[in-house]
Amino acid sequence: MEAAESTQTLATGDGDLVRVSDLRVRFVTKETTVYAVNGVDFSLAPGEVLGILGESGSGKTVTLRALIRLLPEDRAQVSGRVLVGDNDMLRLPKGDLQSVRGRTIAMIFQEPMTALDPVYTVGYQIAETIVRHESCSWREAEARALDLFEQVQVPSPKQRLKSYPHELSGGLRQRAMIALALSCRPGVLLADEPTTALDATVQIQILLLLRELQKEMGVIFVTHDMGVAGEIADRLAIMYAGRLVETGPVTQVMREPLHPYTKGLLSSTVHGSMRGQRLQTIEGSPPNLEELPDACSFAPRCPHVREACREAVPEPVQAAPERMARCILVNPA
Amino acid sequence: MTDGPTPDAVATAAPQGAERFLEVRGLKKYFPVKGGVLNRTIAHVQAVDDISFDVAKGETLGIVGESGCGKSTTARLLMRLIEPDSGTVHFDGRVIGASNGIPVREMRRQMQMVFQDSYSSLNARLPVEATVAFGPIVHGVSRPEARERARRLLYDVGLDASRFMKRYPHELSGGQRQRVNVARALALQPRVLILDEAVSALDKSVEAQVLNLLLDLKKEYDLTYVFISHDLNVVQYVSDRVLVMYLGQVVEIGPVDEIYANPRHPYTRALLSSRPSMDPERRITEPPLSGDPPNPINPPSGCRFHTRCAFANEVCARVTPVLSTFGDDARHEVACHMMSPGSGHPDAPARA
Amino acid sequence: MAEVEALRPGAEAEVPIGAIVARGYWGTVAYRLSQDPVTIAFGVVLILIFLAAIFAPVLAPHDPYKTNMPMRLTAIGTPGFLLGGDELGRDMLTRLLYGGRVSLFMGLTPVLLALLIGGSLGVTAGFVGGKVNMGIMRVMDVFYAFPTVLLAIGLTGALGTGSRNLLIAITVILSPPIARVAESVTTQVRAFDFVEAARASGADTSTIIRVHVLSNVLGPILIYTTSLVSVSIIISAGLSFLGFGVTPPTADWGLMLATLRTTIWANPYVAVLPGLMIFITSMCFNLLSDGMRNAMDMRF
Repeated sequence: MEAAESTQTLATGDGDLVRVSDLRVRFVTKETTVYAVNGVDFSLAPGEVLGILGESGSGKTVTLRALIRLLPEDRAQVSGRVLVGDNDMLRLPKGDLQSVRGRTIAMIFQEPMTALDPVYTVGYQIAETIVRHESCSWREAEARALDLFEQVQVPSPKQRLKSYPHELSGGLRQRAMIALALSCRPGVLLADEPTTALDATVQIQILLLLRELQKEMGVIFVTHDMGVAGEIADRLAIMYAGRLVETGPVTQVMREPLHPYTKGLLSSTVHGSMRGQRLQTIEGSPPNLEELPDACSFAPRCPHVREACREAVPEPVQAAPERMARCILVNPA
Repeated sequence: MTDGPTPDAVATAAPQGAERFLEVRGLKKYFPVKGGVLNRTIAHVQAVDDISFDVAKGETLGIVGESGCGKSTTARLLMRLIEPDSGTVHFDGRVIGASNGIPVREMRRQMQMVFQDSYSSLNARLPVEATVAFGPIVHGVSRPEARERARRLLYDVGLDASRFMKRYPHELSGGQRQRVNVARALALQPRVLILDEAVSALDKSVEAQVLNLLLDLKKEYDLTYVFISHDLNVVQYVSDRVLVMYLGQVVEIGPVDEIYANPRHPYTRALLSSRPSMDPERRITEPPLSGDPPNPINPPSGCRFHTRCAFANEVCARVTPVLSTFGDDARHEVACHMMSPGSGHPDAPARA
Repeated sequence: MAEVEALRPGAEAEVPIGAIVARGYWGTVAYRLSQDPVTIAFGVVLILIFLAAIFAPVLAPHDPYKTNMPMRLTAIGTPGFLLGGDELGRDMLTRLLYGGRVSLFMGLTPVLLALLIGGSLGVTAGFVGGKVNMGIMRVMDVFYAFPTVLLAIGLTGALGTGSRNLLIAITVILSPPIARVAESVTTQVRAFDFVEAARASGADTSTIIRVHVLSNVLGPILIYTTSLVSVSIIISAGLSFLGFGVTPPTADWGLMLATLRTTIWANPYVAVLPGLMIFITSMCFNLLSDGMRNAMDMRF
């Protein structure tokens, strides 16, 4: 009951579900410091899917985990401000965290086996979560679990609820994990590459399912695959070396990218019509995150690099009402 | 009852006039599944079930399919890293491993493989120069010469040998490691390269670099590629011909443009239309297929795709379709009852 | 939702490029050890103990076998008898130095032999797999079924007492655990693609084991073996103490502890000395093993 209401009332001051400002994450070990996220700002509106697109080491997964405080506390130094509804996630006491996770914000992973407990049936796990968060009867919880399995389109849901995670195929396991994440009707769903490990024919099924379920939720969807982002996201944020280098509505970003990195990413994404042509690539390798230079991180690989790029971190440029790019070559609107 | 195609019925033809380099006939591998108290074999994974195809000299054959379709097993069978249960592979006219054919060791000098996981396929305790030089040394090349060759190859794959040869795998990025793997595969001066998901684990921007490299090397060293991938876009980009696998069997094979423009098998069609559209304005609205691929331990009877096929008919569950040519293009073959005259499927063309 | 997997190591390892000096595995291990003063300290103590044992004839102020009744159970600090005298008036310092030679030899030799035997059996079992693995590992399991000390006593009982038989007995005891560790790490390494790649290069099994497997399994096996040195020292001391191993009048820490046991009420400080040496040496080996484990624990 209460959870259903909170879905509607979950909003920060100006109507956003999530508001992240100047998020920074460093991993400090005895030997080295890795600057994984270096000042990220974004917000998420109700009913919106924000796609965070980046390559390995861009900090996209770390960002997502910081939102739900899933980073190893002994090594990760997190600063900035993360508002989910009116919860200040980074300053929330540990005890309150458990009730926020699941009810307000939930997460699904690339590998469902890490989120599902192998020794319990999936039905038990879902029902148990519901009972723990909403203190309803076991019978009600089991009925809800069945509803959820129907909602995530598991065939013969009654029998499947009695399966253990390892007895399910990859696609069904992913559906079970989505059902588990949705069990307490969270207002925000974090998705960390949930379709990357799946086969092409299964991936599209899960994407379509998420798109359908998402109508009442805000979703932050992390992926490395431009095509996947194009299928699910409303807004796109491109991440490079721990910073958002470009944000904007998905169609605009994919059709008219502003940042040289986004352009490079799009032109190096292979598709069939490129047969016989040489692929346009981004030269070089991703940057070393053990250093945090006072410059544009993309400068060493950028074909349009200028002297000014190496002198300071470019400020975000508002190129159009909803479009931002961190590049000195982009003209403000 | 139709069993697999007999070798002479196969028109798995390589492009006409082109030299057949690899001829695969009736290749089969079942892996036992052990279980129970006495660790007995309780079932078999039908990883590769009677597949036949040719690879012509100088071409790139793409193999696509979902997980469990047997494409990686096929690669390992070709390299003889696992022994086939039955079937033969001719390499340049000689049967691999037969007494009058080509010895496995000699075949492996001429055919090499690049693995998906750039990390696990390099020995973390060896500098990359030693990794690349290992093969030649094993084959009797002197150490200084092998090292010299390694340096030249590192340069050829785009790594500055003077900077990289003494490095260890963890000191390289994913793309650089995969370049080392390519150099290692080339070190024995092979004629065929089997690329098993060789670019799949790489970031998109790096994937493009490695694909460019592979195409350059192919020209430079006059190589033949067997390119295995689950990524249909990449396969379309690199391949001359494409082979589609489903649950251990070949469902369709043909020239790349034919396969992508006129896919005949319902599975191929579904696979192609599952690709993200790359256009947010024209998103996919209906999933082309429902459910997951079935378990290869107990694959469905008859046509293995019939449990997910929208056109499945009673005959599909009963009779295994044979891979055969369709229409007038002798190079495009499909294993589907709908394409086979007189198969008993209502949509099949009338017998000629 | 549990604290699900922390960052995958690959994700971080992906990034730092060019920042590291190419040092190689053993180079990095050596560098890390050099940054670990605690392990170095224990290593230095061990080296000193070894040097003292090796140079016992030079360092020892007395003859280890010469009895001197007036000096029986002399207190520690007596001039000329720095660490006192034992129950027959022999100089304790001399006896400890000479005892170190026997005890260290009896402790180390079986470990080295077991490393050779257990290590090669384990690597073979792990690499070949299948029935060979089954055969080797089940035989090893048979030895596991007996309590260590009982097995040692049984073996020396059957073979007869004496230091040579004690060495054999301890070697037999220590081989199975080493084999088991070697087997499990080899099985892991064998699953890596680079082993497949080496086979695809046409290398034979022995070359693959020599170049690719040993370089990866030697570290973990050595760590484990080092931790066994203390076990070996204690078992050999224990068996000598019980009268199964070294025979009097040879100086051996375990045997000395046994013979001095009766005098513990007369002069406890002297009686405890051999035990203290056993303790210090074992501790050093264990802590050295821990230090090596930390230095070798690399995720690449």
